[in-house]
Amino acid sequence: MKIHADARGRILGLESDVIVDAGAYSIWPWSCAMEANMSAGIMPGPYQMQAYRGRGMTVMSNKPPLGPYRGVGRPGACFALERMMDELARAVGREPHEVRIENMVLPDQMPYLTIAGKLYDSGDFPESVRRAAGMIDVPAIRERQKTNGKDGVHIGLGWASYVEQTAHGTNEWLQRNLTEVFGYEAATARFTPDGKLILEVAIQNHGQGLETTLAQVASTELGVDPADIVVRHGDTAVSPYGLGTFASRSMVMAGGAVGRASQMLAEKVKRIGAHFLQTDPGNVSLQDSAVVYGQRRVPFSEITRAAFRHAQDLPAGEEPGLSVTTTYQPESGTGAYSYATHAAVVSVDANTGLTKILDYVVVHDCGTIVNPMIVDGQIQGGLAQGIGTALYEESPYDDTGQPLASTFLDYLLPGFTEVPTARISHIVSPSPFTRYGVKGMGEGGAIGAPAAIVNAVNDALRPLGVEINETPITPRRLLEAIIQAEKRNAG
Amino acid sequence: MKPAPFDYIRPRDLAEAVTALSALEWGGRLLAGGQSLVPMLNLRLSPVVRLIDIAQLDELRAVHETADSIAFGACLRHGEFEDAKVPDPARGMMRHVASRIAYRAVRNRGTIGGSLSLADPSADWITVVMALGASMTIRGPAGERSIDATEMFVGPYTTALGEHDILVSIRVPKLSAAGRWGYYKIIRKAGEYPMTTASVVLDPERGRRSVVLGAVNRGPLQMAETSAALHTNAGWSEQAQAALRAAIGRDLQAAGRTDDICEMRLCEMTILRAIASALVQ
Repeated sequence: MKIHADARGRILGLESDVIVDAGAYSIWPWSCAMEANMSAGIMPGPYQMQAYRGRGMTVMSNKPPLGPYRGVGRPGACFALERMMDELARAVGREPHEVRIENMVLPDQMPYLTIAGKLYDSGDFPESVRRAAGMIDVPAIRERQKTNGKDGVHIGLGWASYVEQTAHGTNEWLQRNLTEVFGYEAATARFTPDGKLILEVAIQNHGQGLETTLAQVASTELGVDPADIVVRHGDTAVSPYGLGTFASRSMVMAGGAVGRASQMLAEKVKRIGAHFLQTDPGNVSLQDSAVVYGQRRVPFSEITRAAFRHAQDLPAGEEPGLSVTTTYQPESGTGAYSYATHAAVVSVDANTGLTKILDYVVVHDCGTIVNPMIVDGQIQGGLAQGIGTALYEESPYDDTGQPLASTFLDYLLPGFTEVPTARISHIVSPSPFTRYGVKGMGEGGAIGAPAAIVNAVNDALRPLGVEINETPITPRRLLEAIIQAEKRNAG
Repeated sequence: MKPAPFDYIRPRDLAEAVTALSALEWGGRLLAGGQSLVPMLNLRLSPVVRLIDIAQLDELRAVHETADSIAFGACLRHGEFEDAKVPDPARGMMRHVASRIAYRAVRNRGTIGGSLSLADPSADWITVVMALGASMTIRGPAGERSIDATEMFVGPYTTALGEHDILVSIRVPKLSAAGRWGYYKIIRKAGEYPMTTASVVLDPERGRRSVVLGAVNRGPLQMAETSAALHTNAGWSEQAQAALRAAIGRDLQAAGRTDDICEMRLCEMTILRAIASALVQ
């Protein structure tokens, strides 16, 4: 990577080459070019620039095939660019967060078409840095750093800002020449005869709480208690055909489809309820599992009784049953863009090469927040994964191609004691292109953390002349870098 | 993975265990806490014909205290040391070390004798029993014998135990009231195997002055020069540290462990920190 900038650190242009070892096979339908392509496409990140040359290169090797992993392409892109931003700030003698702020796309430029052809939908990128700087307290850390070196311990502050493309739409997959186009999602919303609501979706919950959040959407549209909503997912034998959960798309796509289906179902419920209440559908609302008109109300159990077992009570021309199946695709074809700024404070023991995270701040914007607890959980979980990338996880091979980490004895994962609880703050900039203004946000924690942590380690050890540009930062890698720097300094 | 098929027997006493182990020319393995053996079985790393479960044998769970030492049955669990269910002859050192072995679930099952018999180079107990000058009581087909801990560990996963031997107990001399100890390990994350370990025991009254380096994928190393450079009253001055660094360097040189400069630095730091904690107690 090469960055061109002026004396203040304003980016003039960026050149990057992404080389990915994709192993022995290409994975359908993403192809082995996925990681390199995504990296090259998102490389400019939250920054403005007049020139960009990005090249993605995929190399075949005799290793196992590379598949998508939380963050896909973006942790690497963020790592390269954000390491570079810290070095750029150092080169022009300014605080790294100030140089970032000065280069970012501004809120009044939204929606903003990037030089790489991505349409950023909404957000205030500089505010995420300003707020993170306040929370982490930059002057206090610079003060603490004055005692760096005592007993070999060095404190450092590291930054990472990134843009997380989510819910990639039709245009994105066409741009990438993919064999399949994943631009929409489908949902069925149907009442049962006893007044419960069933949602059937083709996405898959694997821990992100989609049963809860999809029920919230339907509850908002239909006034049904979430406890009365059943979400069925993960099997197109019980749901309409859809594309599935990946690319942080489920809340935008399936959430949008559930919202549309619920809204269409609500219209029919209102028509039946208004008929019972002897008024126009425009006069009624849906609250607490009932159709409400002034002081009067008809519970949904009466509506479903008529719709399923007493069609003679329905308004003239109304079909029996209460079921809607529909699809949703967002208005913008390149997706909804979440973003965040991470700030990490670490202490590095230069005698042992061990790194400890002392403080971690995330200022995050994913548009409308459907469920704050789940959003914070996703950020925290992604951070744990990013800490693994930064400090622990690695699949090395020996010279004969033998894998050296074939069990979790050799492949270290961070545990409870290695993952601090991040201090999280939210900016809410609803997307103009998605239903409810929601954006996907499942991968961000993993995108920012490796860059922020490695930047913090570099900040800590800069006085020793140490520079680290590789993950994970194992004690051995760090000690080797320190020993090399000592030799250079002595020579 | 699941283990390959094996026989399983649970002897009623030590004599029966020795007989069961001797009945096979090879392939008999003793099962105590199983914290290393069971994963190895599941990974099919070691061929086992017969598992002989000795975890519950009273003779291997006994504690015998005399005026100047305590003998611990080999099947006492790490957690029993941690919880002070057994006395500590080393003024808290054994309790301290036990409480930092892996994590509590491992300590609930893992045994001191199992750990010493397997001799995983990263195991915590190895350097501790060597530094404390412990001896091992071993039962084999020819009867019982005793060896010093310093003769027990030949290298990684290699001990003085024969194919049909059972480690019965570990006798640990008591430290004097003035005895000092230090233990330090460098570990990448909580609960993992350490990269380096070091035990320091300094008890001039009992004539004990011992520094032992462990882990780094090698057998334990007695640091003779470093031990000789240990002085209770030297304090923790720059000068004292420089002398210790030099001594550590000579010990590593004498052991031929100078090929890896990172490892040397980690070893030096581990030993220095163990000594520091011994001296500032």
